[in-house]
Amino acid sequence: MAETTSFTIEQFYKFIEKGKLMSVRCTECGKVMLPPKPICDECLSDKLEWKQLTPRGKLETYTVIHVAPTQFQSLAPYAVGIVKLQDGLKLPGIIKNVAFEDLHIGMELEIEFDASLPSKWPIWPRYYFKPI
Amino acid sequence: MKGKPLASIVSAGLSKFGKMKGLYGRELFAQAAKEAYERCPNLDPKKEIQALFVGHMGESYEHQGHTGATAADWAGLTPVAAMRTEAACASSGVALRAAILAILSGIYDVVMVGGLEKMTHRTTPEVTEFLAMASDFPFEQWHGITFPGLYALMATAHMHRYGTTEEQLAHVSVKNHYNGSLNPKAHMQKIITLEDALKSRIIAWPLKLYDCSLITDGASCLIITKPELAKKYTDIPVHIIGSGHACDTIGIYERESYTSLRAAKLAAKQAYEMAGVSPQEINVAEVHDCFTIAEIIAYEDLGFCEEGMGGRLVENGETRLDGKLPVNTSGGLKAKGHPVGATGTAQAYEIYLQLTDQAEKRQVENATIGLSHNVGGSGATATVHIYRRG
Repeated sequence: MAETTSFTIEQFYKFIEKGKLMSVRCTECGKVMLPPKPICDECLSDKLEWKQLTPRGKLETYTVIHVAPTQFQSLAPYAVGIVKLQDGLKLPGIIKNVAFEDLHIGMELEIEFDASLPSKWPIWPRYYFKPI
Repeated sequence: MKGKPLASIVSAGLSKFGKMKGLYGRELFAQAAKEAYERCPNLDPKKEIQALFVGHMGESYEHQGHTGATAADWAGLTPVAAMRTEAACASSGVALRAAILAILSGIYDVVMVGGLEKMTHRTTPEVTEFLAMASDFPFEQWHGITFPGLYALMATAHMHRYGTTEEQLAHVSVKNHYNGSLNPKAHMQKIITLEDALKSRIIAWPLKLYDCSLITDGASCLIITKPELAKKYTDIPVHIIGSGHACDTIGIYERESYTSLRAAKLAAKQAYEMAGVSPQEINVAEVHDCFTIAEIIAYEDLGFCEEGMGGRLVENGETRLDGKLPVNTSGGLKAKGHPVGATGTAQAYEIYLQLTDQAEKRQVENATIGLSHNVGGSGATATVHIYRRG
């Protein structure tokens, strides 16, 4: 049981801090999960391993947020989207370095890792998407 | 057995919806309860109501949790068995489901089910933050994705895949504002034009102010009984004949589709099968229009039209009050308002009025079968209920 405790959101963000995008693979059925979960959501096994993903993919959908929550006020307006990674998994996040009118479904994006925030529960380092 | 009543609504109440200055959520709940008591003179609430199920989303708004006991207290029902359900915007849809199961268990004969939320005393950024709690924290909220932002992601995908237009989204808003203008309890009684909607400021592109439901204070409730007891309390009960409830991943990004809600489709399938009715047999529906795109997706998930045709359905006027299938006759979350925890049973309240000929200026003629569709968060919870005039 001890090793299942490490398949956590905290560990995912500790990898982000090191510039690695990691998913969790079930060694029983082969399902790959992003975000990491401590039990395979397909076969319920807890026999898992970390699997590194290529930090690039295509934009599946997007929006530009104008009315932001308190902690994002200074950033607004900002673009966010969901990216389908080359490995087939999906990840949401802020898209930087792009003019809003250039945003389009299918555009190629890569992840930029930002380790400026400490990895301390629940304050995580952020990752961003940017055009390739 | 198909179409067999699961439980029966014998009365219902709704507080005024709006900016209810100086009133706590529990006081609004008391308003709703009082209306339900007065509507049903054959019922002695003190002696006959055995339990209370109450939907409430957030402690943050009023710094108040423990809502089951609090609402029971202010409705004069202490010491009945009271509990709160929380499923974001589907909190009272889930409460209704729990109340039906409680009646079906045989333990209770008569229960009250409702919901409440007090929101308008908070600033917009605060409410934006509180509402976002219905979505995933470490991957969505943490990356600045707001609640309108999640539905905007669905809208962008729907527009791209099916050619849905911003004008079609605006049609939902115009329709629901018109309906709200006929509902004295609606938050807004203002008729708007397509131009008003399209020119309103952007909240999360492509969603504008008039694509978003209102931040509202309000409460709602129903009194439901075992079906065989319903006629003791009222000449025209409304039987609940179908109930569906399903969930999906909390994060929208884990889902296969951004253009339909799997939980809503599953809940609808369960409810239709239980009720033994088809989508074409529904006479009136209240659907979860937290954003205009959500109403368009609801048409498709509920089988009112083919996938991708929701925009055209509203544009062609088919869901207007004078259309083939009137949707959101109350004004919906858009104009009646969306006091989150109160919404599920507020939808049931409107269906109750419609099926008992009490909807006044917005009455749908000969309505006998109704449906309500309540969605929590970005679709991680959905309930669908089907009703028949008794």
